[in-house]
Amino acid sequence: MELDPDDVFRDDDDDPENEALRQRASSKELVVYLVDASPKMFSTNCPSEDQKDESHFRIAISCILESLKTQIINRSYDEVAVCFFNTREKKNLQDLNSVFVFNVADREFLDRPTAKFIKELSRLEEFFVKEIGSQHGIVSGSRENSLYNALWVAQALLRKGSAKTADKRILIFTDEDDPFGNIKGGAKADMTRTTLQRVKDAQDLGISIELLPLSQLDREFNVSLFYADLIGLQGEDLAQFVPAAGERMEDMKYQLRKRMFKKRIVRKLTFSVANGVSIEVHTYAFIRPTVLGSITWLDSVTNQPIKIERSFICADTGALMQEPPKHFQTYKNQNVKFSVEELSEIKRVSTGQLRLLGFKPLSCLKDYHNLRPSTFIFPSDEEVIGSTRIFIALHRSMIRLNRFAVAFYGTSSHSQLVALVAQEEIIDSGGQVEPPGMHMICLPYSDDIRHAEELHSGTNAAIPRANEDQIKKAAALIKRIDLKDFSVYQFANPGLQRHYAILQALALEEDDLPEIKDETVPDEEGLARPGVVKAIEEFKLSVYGDKYDESDNAGHKKVSEASKKRKALADGAVQKSAQYNWDALADSGKLKDLTVVELKFYLSAHDLPVSGKKEDLVKRILTHMGK
Amino acid sequence: MARNKEALVLLLDVGPSMHHLLPEVEKICSMIVQKKLVYSKYDEVGVVLFGTEETENELTMEVGGYEHVVVLQNIKVVDGDLVETLKKIPRGTLPGDFLDAIVVGMDMLIKKYSSTNKGKKRLCLITNGLSPIKDPYEGSKEDQVNAIAQQMTSHGMKLESVVVRESVVLDENVSVMEENDRILNLFPKRTCAKMVFVESSTSLLGALKTRSISPVTIFRGDLEISPKLKIKVWVYKKTSEEKFPTLKKYSDKAPSTDKFASHEVKVDFEYKSVEDANKVVPPEQRIKGYQYGPQVVPISADEWDAVKFKPEKSVKVLGFTDSSNIMRHHYMKDVNIFIADPGDQNAILAVSALARAMKEMHKVAILRCVWRQGQGNVVVGALTPNVSDNDHVPDSFYFNVLPFAEDVREFQFPSFSNLPASLLPDEEQQEAADNFVKMLDLAPSDKEEMLQPDFTPNPVLERFYNYLELKSKHPDAAVPPLDKTLKRITEPDPELLAKKKSAIDSLLRHFEVKQNPKLKKSMKRMREKPSGSDEEDNYRRITSKNKVDLIENGVKVEKIGDLTPVQDFELMMSRRDNPEWINRAITEMKNKIHDLIEDSIEGDNYPKALDLLVALRKGCILEQEPKQFNDFLHQLCKFCLEHDLRSFCDFLASKGITLISKTEAVDSDVTEEEARNYLVKREAKPE
Repeated sequence: MELDPDDVFRDDDDDPENEALRQRASSKELVVYLVDASPKMFSTNCPSEDQKDESHFRIAISCILESLKTQIINRSYDEVAVCFFNTREKKNLQDLNSVFVFNVADREFLDRPTAKFIKELSRLEEFFVKEIGSQHGIVSGSRENSLYNALWVAQALLRKGSAKTADKRILIFTDEDDPFGNIKGGAKADMTRTTLQRVKDAQDLGISIELLPLSQLDREFNVSLFYADLIGLQGEDLAQFVPAAGERMEDMKYQLRKRMFKKRIVRKLTFSVANGVSIEVHTYAFIRPTVLGSITWLDSVTNQPIKIERSFICADTGALMQEPPKHFQTYKNQNVKFSVEELSEIKRVSTGQLRLLGFKPLSCLKDYHNLRPSTFIFPSDEEVIGSTRIFIALHRSMIRLNRFAVAFYGTSSHSQLVALVAQEEIIDSGGQVEPPGMHMICLPYSDDIRHAEELHSGTNAAIPRANEDQIKKAAALIKRIDLKDFSVYQFANPGLQRHYAILQALALEEDDLPEIKDETVPDEEGLARPGVVKAIEEFKLSVYGDKYDESDNAGHKKVSEASKKRKALADGAVQKSAQYNWDALADSGKLKDLTVVELKFYLSAHDLPVSGKKEDLVKRILTHMGK
Repeated sequence: MARNKEALVLLLDVGPSMHHLLPEVEKICSMIVQKKLVYSKYDEVGVVLFGTEETENELTMEVGGYEHVVVLQNIKVVDGDLVETLKKIPRGTLPGDFLDAIVVGMDMLIKKYSSTNKGKKRLCLITNGLSPIKDPYEGSKEDQVNAIAQQMTSHGMKLESVVVRESVVLDENVSVMEENDRILNLFPKRTCAKMVFVESSTSLLGALKTRSISPVTIFRGDLEISPKLKIKVWVYKKTSEEKFPTLKKYSDKAPSTDKFASHEVKVDFEYKSVEDANKVVPPEQRIKGYQYGPQVVPISADEWDAVKFKPEKSVKVLGFTDSSNIMRHHYMKDVNIFIADPGDQNAILAVSALARAMKEMHKVAILRCVWRQGQGNVVVGALTPNVSDNDHVPDSFYFNVLPFAEDVREFQFPSFSNLPASLLPDEEQQEAADNFVKMLDLAPSDKEEMLQPDFTPNPVLERFYNYLELKSKHPDAAVPPLDKTLKRITEPDPELLAKKKSAIDSLLRHFEVKQNPKLKKSMKRMREKPSGSDEEDNYRRITSKNKVDLIENGVKVEKIGDLTPVQDFELMMSRRDNPEWINRAITEMKNKIHDLIEDSIEGDNYPKALDLLVALRKGCILEQEPKQFNDFLHQLCKFCLEHDLRSFCDFLASKGITLISKTEAVDSDVTEEEARNYLVKREAKPE
């Protein structure tokens, strides 16, 4: 079966109305990676994971590469530039010395990352010495200041795009904590001053500058020598900086491949609390099934995208027509017609957007009262002053009294009875785990609830219930197989991760697929521990007696009526089918003289589909016989 | 040939005590038939009334008795007349005997189908159970119920009773009511029967399933707790949204004389090559392309199949965890239900033991599910116990899908406690809110829970089917307003509001809301402002910037303001204390122009943007910075084309703005002709 990945992960809830809004609101990030390429960066003096010594330069590049590979999936509209300083060659718009902006064809210096860009960057070592070269840029006696130049180039690159819609960053990778150390006297002060001035200018333009220092084995990167001033570190932050930066490097490398979403307001709602008092709340899509990137149909010959054209054809006359304005439903043997306006009028059942109906104890909210992902609600005083205060008061009361609110959420296109569940803020060492606010949960209607559990009742005999001992054994078992610190966020979606890995491998023409670990498989080892095995055996003995294995088999033996019938039919067909000389019939072209029933004997005897017209059946038989 | 056709007999109490409820009964009964007309038009329905003046049924003629029971409609295939009949149920004059009615209905089903059609025969009783039932000729009422129940079981019938119980019951009726409840309650114990109590007309509308859907398992197999312990289970859907029906598109092309015209519209999709609009790409030549950055990577279905994630069909327990680790809002989708294989007694016991233990210990199980072989993804979810209190219904589990790490977006929000005191409620306000939450109670202990999902119909669907019925008779009818009973779902109950007026008034007294008077900007702008934290950022940025400016520059013009941007720009360009000012002025100007265009609504900012652009062009020529301007113009046009702001490019072209050419500034690498043609060419280019 062909599974359309888009279909599997489709988010049918997202509102098309808001699509445009999302596109505009999501601002992008413009990043310039400034990598120090001085000879010092190439000395191998940093032990890597597999105990092989690696140069700082290589670490920086692999870090950028990993980050790019995630970024191309997460936020592919972000733009990046990779720029080396302290180089022999120069390549930049300003034609400044010792600065080399790395790039590939068909791409501006600062542009979206492409597969080619990533691939070339990963091959960097092969041509770095020849085409770029490493050289100390700041030497005493010369007025040249490569760091200054690099910052200037980066700033010029980031001129693109308005400061409003883009986040602009410069990331500096270096292991030189005192870039002007070789310079003496007034020249040093001068260079320091101009460089800092350059940084200030950049910051004034809304560019943030970050430093990722690479420490030497024997000597830690001393931020206070120069860079503290550059990035504006003071006091306590200063001490924290180097270890924290180390963590950030790790983070950059091991990010999950997932598309990132900017926090955006899905909707601004009026929440009518009582008698004409309405407050303003904003809704946010907190948890939504992730969909793969969009799929484009291509012509496999030219690899060009295909245009999909939709046309409407009248079934009676075959005439081509415009999108019809009316729809109909066959009812009581007549076609009842509806105009689009009438249909939308039917759906508009509520005038307010979110209307409070009352409160209920939390125990009334059952586990099966769910249809789709919840939506988060947070108050805002932007348009209606006083909203936050009422919201917080209700929030606190609901938590204290263990109640949730029932409300009717109605928009022009969709309406639903919802539960509003107050959530208290939860903070752990890593920050906010659950923000304070309310979660809006769609409640099903009676039409949406099914009663499958009642299907199999109906016999006189009461359904068996577990006894005390069996429950006790089950409890012991549950205690044994306990996931203590389970968090819903802990598993990555293996299907999705695999998808991205394959995509990356194909796009970058990598030879082997990156290994994706399926985190969702049970811990077989843990389950084989004697304590667990003992609890399982005791439970089995208590519930199944010594018949566990029999019951296992019995399940297989018990076949439903329908499948028994099917089997009998197939058996019959095999017997009947044996009465014909199919080969001869096929060769003499006499198959078509048989009846459909007869043809089906062959098909069912060979487990082939029996649907279709007689011609299809004959064709199918011939294909199966290989003729 | 409809294999799934259902036979339903409605048993309706029309005695005097039911009269005020009959409008709702009419609604729900006609709704059942209307939906059958749409979804299962071969189903058959009969109607029996009891509590009538007259007597009209076969049993009374055959054996006598069964008075005041009228067969309003013999069992027949649903049609429009039946809807009409059910919309005007005649009122009765006497208290009715529901047991008699059940027997009459049963007799009708037996006569029509004898023992065929098992499991598809249904009796629906709607009564308030306030009228006494007669003592049987022989034996006790219990015996009679037992005999009826046995008959129903042997013929494979189901009984659904809806008992409407309004809160006020007169004293003399209490004993009758209790007796009737006891008798009705015997049915679920003896046979396949279900009984529900409803208190309001809204929940009466939701009490009967108006559309029957044959349940299908989505998984049958092992619930694997460990490789050594597997429990046979069947998984069904517990909730599944009943969608608004998909209507067909209507074509009026067929001549009106054509009686057999289907009036349908076929939607045809053609896949055409982008280069050649006449070339249709055949299906086998199509290949899916996946986005990787700006590129599209083609991957064929075969290639994909070879490497994609292919988990084995299985349902495995990863472990158990405290139910507090799972938040209610983590539930992602509609809900499934796990039932032990009904043929496996031990599995039923095993599920029962686990469910009860989990409930006691407040635990949930975390599951990894692959429902079918060949499914391209796995589902991780929480299994929660559903302990049954009906002896005929087995214990089961509910299963809710949980999000993966990718599905959770980590947005941060300010803590309520960190907000300024002006946004927080004071003690009195909190008390008013507490009281309000307590008072506006939808589930008071002495009454039925209001708006219980299980008994709440979907107002949109109800409205659609009612309108459909109306339109079938009056094609031009307008959409009627929402039914009064359905309004109880979409709006607060005025009765409840009136009763709790004091709590509401006190809330209103304590809190004040008003429209923000400072808000004069257009809606669009407000929508774009992302969140509180970002605004703070902006604020910080602005203040730090001002500080720097103050220290460095005193009173000289150091930025381009909103009032006199052109003058500011010119002043900045003419400053000679630092060559950087020129760059800065140009950059600021560019940003300004950019912002103007971006924020313009239907081009209202265009003239202003043009003024700035002219000034910028002049400045760039004066300072010999043609590249800055030319690059910017390129960029601007690109931006406009990308963001549907073409009109600005056209506007510029019409005002004669050109690139800076070599003749104007030596540094420019643009010839005069190129400069002049730049915008014009763009305009001519077809989309």
